[in-house]
Amino acid sequence: MNLPVPDAVLPVTKARPRPRLVVVGNGMAGMRTVEELLKLDAALYDITVFGAEPHGNYNRILLSPVLAGEKTVEDIMIHTREWYAAHGITLHAGDPVVAIDRRRCVVKSKSGREVGYDRLLLATGSKPFMIPVPGADLPGVIAFRDLQDVETMLAAARDHRKAVVIGGGLLGLEAANGLLRQGMDVTVVHVMDSLMERQLDKPAAALLKQALEKRGLTIRLETNTAEILGTSSDSPLPQAGAGPGARGPRVRGLRFKDGSEIEADLVVMAVGIRPNIDLAQAAGLHCERALVVDDTLQTLSDPRIYAVGECVQHRKATFGLVAPIWDQARVCATHLAGHGHRRYVQTATSTKLKVTGIDLFSAGDFIGGPHTEDLVFSDPRRGAYKRLVLKDNRIHGVVLYGDVADGPWYFELMQKRADVSAFRNRLVFGRSYCEAAA
Amino acid sequence: MSARGAVKTTCPYCGTGCGVDVRLAPSGIEVAGDAQHPTNAGRLCVKGAALGETLVPDGRLLYPQIRESGIENRESLKRVTWDTALDVVASGFQRIIEEHGPDAVAWYVSGQLLTEDYYVANKLVKGFVGTANIDTNSRLCMSSAVAGHKRAFGEDIVPVSYADLELADLIVLVGSNTAWCHPILYQRIVKAKQRRPEMKVVVVDPRRTATTDAADLHLPIRAGTDVWLFNGLLSFLHQHGIVDTAFVDAHTTGLPRTLAIADNTAGNLRGVAKQCGIDETLLGEFYRLFARSEKAITAFSMGVNQSSAGTDKVNSIINCHLLTGRIGKPGAGPFSITGQPNAMGGREVGGLANMLAAHLDLDNADHRALVQHFWQSPKIAERPGYKAVDLFEAIDAGQVKAVWIMATNPVVSLPDADKVKRALARCELVVVSDVMERTDTTAFAHVLLPALAWGEKDGTVTNSERRISRQRAFLPPPGEAKPDWWMLAEVGRRWGYTAQFSYSGAHEIFDEHARLTAAGNRESGIVEEQDAAPHALRYLNLGGLAGMTREQYDALAPVRWPVPSQNALAFNDSRFPLPDSRPFSDGRFYTPDRRARFVPTMPRLPAHARDDDFPLVLNTGRVRDHWHTMTRTGLSPRLAAHIDEPYVDLHPQDALLCGVREGDLARVTTRWGSLVARVRSSGEMPRRNVFVPIHWNGQYASDARVGSLVNPVVDPVSGEPEFKHTPVRVEHFAVLWHGFVLSRRPVPMRDVTWWTRVTGARFLRYELAGRVTVSDWSGFARSALGAPADADWLEYEDRSAGLYRAAHVVEDRIEACVFVSPRADLPSRAWLSGLFAKDRLEDRDRLGLLIGEPPDRGADTGPTICSCFGVGRNTLIDAIRGGCHSADALGRKLRCGTNCGSCIPELKNLIATALEPA
Repeated sequence: MNLPVPDAVLPVTKARPRPRLVVVGNGMAGMRTVEELLKLDAALYDITVFGAEPHGNYNRILLSPVLAGEKTVEDIMIHTREWYAAHGITLHAGDPVVAIDRRRCVVKSKSGREVGYDRLLLATGSKPFMIPVPGADLPGVIAFRDLQDVETMLAAARDHRKAVVIGGGLLGLEAANGLLRQGMDVTVVHVMDSLMERQLDKPAAALLKQALEKRGLTIRLETNTAEILGTSSDSPLPQAGAGPGARGPRVRGLRFKDGSEIEADLVVMAVGIRPNIDLAQAAGLHCERALVVDDTLQTLSDPRIYAVGECVQHRKATFGLVAPIWDQARVCATHLAGHGHRRYVQTATSTKLKVTGIDLFSAGDFIGGPHTEDLVFSDPRRGAYKRLVLKDNRIHGVVLYGDVADGPWYFELMQKRADVSAFRNRLVFGRSYCEAAA
Repeated sequence: MSARGAVKTTCPYCGTGCGVDVRLAPSGIEVAGDAQHPTNAGRLCVKGAALGETLVPDGRLLYPQIRESGIENRESLKRVTWDTALDVVASGFQRIIEEHGPDAVAWYVSGQLLTEDYYVANKLVKGFVGTANIDTNSRLCMSSAVAGHKRAFGEDIVPVSYADLELADLIVLVGSNTAWCHPILYQRIVKAKQRRPEMKVVVVDPRRTATTDAADLHLPIRAGTDVWLFNGLLSFLHQHGIVDTAFVDAHTTGLPRTLAIADNTAGNLRGVAKQCGIDETLLGEFYRLFARSEKAITAFSMGVNQSSAGTDKVNSIINCHLLTGRIGKPGAGPFSITGQPNAMGGREVGGLANMLAAHLDLDNADHRALVQHFWQSPKIAERPGYKAVDLFEAIDAGQVKAVWIMATNPVVSLPDADKVKRALARCELVVVSDVMERTDTTAFAHVLLPALAWGEKDGTVTNSERRISRQRAFLPPPGEAKPDWWMLAEVGRRWGYTAQFSYSGAHEIFDEHARLTAAGNRESGIVEEQDAAPHALRYLNLGGLAGMTREQYDALAPVRWPVPSQNALAFNDSRFPLPDSRPFSDGRFYTPDRRARFVPTMPRLPAHARDDDFPLVLNTGRVRDHWHTMTRTGLSPRLAAHIDEPYVDLHPQDALLCGVREGDLARVTTRWGSLVARVRSSGEMPRRNVFVPIHWNGQYASDARVGSLVNPVVDPVSGEPEFKHTPVRVEHFAVLWHGFVLSRRPVPMRDVTWWTRVTGARFLRYELAGRVTVSDWSGFARSALGAPADADWLEYEDRSAGLYRAAHVVEDRIEACVFVSPRADLPSRAWLSGLFAKDRLEDRDRLGLLIGEPPDRGADTGPTICSCFGVGRNTLIDAIRGGCHSADALGRKLRCGTNCGSCIPELKNLIATALEPA
């Protein structure tokens, strides 16, 4: 293994040292890449990981069950600090990188630490999008992104009654469900006319809305938030467990564009994410909507710098779900390891809503277009709805509600681009019927 | 009636006339074969066995009704009292008779009527209206046999009994799908053949029907060439010296001319084989078989009778029996097997337009005088009236202005049936007495009279072997329904003939009928005062049955006529069975010179030949599990299971040439009309022949009355229409969608181009097809099935493929479901149908609901093959693969085919197919 390591960054030790890999972002994407890399060649790099959060690496996807009280923080830890030590990886948790000096091949952290690199992996993830309305910065207005947010919500649930979740997407509904389970009065405010419009078509969304309302959620569709209202600074309201600024004014409600108002002790914004590319942009790396990488996950601007996860843009696409990120990690690791024989190819993705008792599965393009064909099944009494979108006799998208057992099978057919014309008439009825006929 | 509470009665279906035991059990009506009845000895075919299922109140006509305005407006029918209805009928007929003469009115009656009904109708019309305009649907069935009998024997006498079939060494079945149409007779033949394997069966039929299964020889002759075949046989027998010279010399006339014509037209095998379109060696084999079988019976049905040369066909058959003296002997003779339960009874009372009464002749002044005197009637018809087809022509032409239709459905069953519709629409006064409120014919009635049905009416019927059996009532009359004879008598009384029509019950009518058969009959023991009439001699004689009390009549055991009065003592005591009288055993016939007639039969082809526009030949007939226009069998789920839809059967090559495919719909067109039916290629059809069943009509299908296609050509002697030969064209019937609906309630058929309705167990099934695009299937289905907006409604749609399926569930019970596809590739109805028997759908049922099958396939038994035990195709195939390689083995395992046996040919086919190497 002969990496072309530039002389300028060679350390002054006598023994020829291992090349250095610096990973910026101690999240799922970055650490998955490290894991893949270790599988290929555990001793290749001297690895340093910087993370903004003061933990090891945890499974962000499982924050909802933690919020809902179904899992504990320990349950969702993927890599503990011990793991890093055991693998000889230097971890700087709670110390985010603030600058990259590409000329010197050095990163600088918030605490002033400078670490040189031969290869740099950017996995800075994304930031929750906070809608810029007056009051968005009030205490008690949070996003749903990390463990800290979960703790804030759990604390609020102990002391407060009323929560408003802005955003009726996957994350928003999971947050709302979690808060509901924690005993709060929860209202979901959504700007669109149906829930989870990126994952569900209207009939499925209507079923979901029904099911959630039955559980006690209040859902307001087509509602635009105009302003988040705060208490005056001398408010006598008790201010407990709301993190920093607990003694100042705090959120007390929302006003909508139609003028109506609603009380809230906690506002969770779950209206989307933005790729976190501040660092990359500052380092002069080519960014569009996100940090642009090629099929090897190498940035276009700097061959030493790779990037994976929610911060990247690959062929116009950005990413928010875990499956494609796993693929990226695998590809990126082979290139970091110098094997260089894989290309990242985008595949369809599937979604499940992690709300216990609500079965929902969606994948691919389920809205369809002029050249797609719909297979639609509904059994409202049983709460079941299925829609398969076909294109050229192949599954192009799936929405399942209520009866999701065949979701993975449909997804597999979709990824394999299997021709389903032979059993099209049975497809919607599931795998067992299709295989019985075969 | 037996001591155990069973009512003994007679089956209302085919001319076999099986005895039926009916028990009124708390769970319903139990029907079983009458073990003591000589015809069936306890067996019943599937139709008979399902009689209980047809005794439902659905659709019955319960009250007299009168139409106030136009025909088109069904709603204008108004319930009236019997008095009002009968007054309208009596005065309506009287006015027309007064204005236009007695020939301006007519009766069209039925072989479904009991002998007593028939008798009163015939008496009223011929003696009190003074016209012979009374004809019957038996005209469509066996009038050629009657005419043939009269020409050859001088009287309408069937010389053979069922027991003879078991004695015969050779049975030739001509134009008879006995296996399906007379299953019990067929089973008797099959059993006899099993006992005596040397017994031979020959089937002459263009179709390879289920009957051919038991045949040693099958002669698939070209439709309509029977006379060549039997002329050829006559010539062959004569050439080979198979002639009973003594019999011919002593008891027949007319042989030389008959033989000359036979020799000239069918004198050599090769010519006959070519004409009949069969193999010469096959033909020779048949002729030799016939030649050497002294005990030979030629049994024939509609394939012979329903022809423009029907009477000649009958006589060409009889000629062969006369030549060989094979008549009037055990196990030998020509045997007309009738189609209807009481066609024979109608013939006995003379209820046809060319008969007078009791085997007496219209054109004989002495006979007329005898009858008029006997009836004490003011007049007597003097010339033949209109026969069925002509009758409706005359109505259409305005010559007949009033008609009373009884117990039949001519809008469905007559040839050129659209013309019948037109005729009835024009007719001044149409009276219909029926048991069903809505038939294709009652739609044209001005007066509707509710008649009693089987199980309610009381009287006698005569079967194909001249056996008189009682039909007994075991149910109370529904609504205000009355016997047909009562309605007729009431009209007679309103015309002032109180004395002549004052019957207190069916037994009095039977008694009068029995006395009339003896009147002037020199061989009878009863001497009537006017016994001077010459030539009133006839074989029909029921003198021995005259004078019965109501109790004796009620207890009457099945008896074959004649029953002359010298046998009177024995007629009703089973310990002293009547000697089975064998007509012609003394060589004496009922012509004036007591000799049988050879009738020269000049062969001729069917009236209308195939041509480029209509290149195929349409044949019509029955299917196994249905009867006539389905007013009764259509009510039975079990019977609907065998063949559920109107179909057109044709040779696969013809199907290819016509551009139609099995399972698709085809339009079947003749010069007279058209229908749309499902295409089949059963393998039964020869090239250039198509078959369409006669049963379906406007009540059960949108467009399936084969009667409207049949050429209105009749036999010049018998007036029987040529149902078995109409040039026809078959074309693809393009539809945009196919579908079916299963529903607990009737579903209105709107925006549906083609439909057929099938009765299921606790549901109705509709097979559908449409030419109108439906853009909103969900809305269409919800409104058709009457599902409210908040209904428990399962739905599947593949819009671009044109697929739609939905199910309506009410309180966890399936209420209805609908399946639609652009192709005829809909799922099996079998499993879905079974769901209607469940009071609660299980989850797995619900899952399979819209795919039409259960999650595990084993639960789908497939389409029913054995109707008696409800054994499905899939079950059978599994059993065959499991080692049951014969019909017997299947029967032991699954009981299929062990009751009526009519599915055995299908079982054998299935075994052959299932065991075929793939």
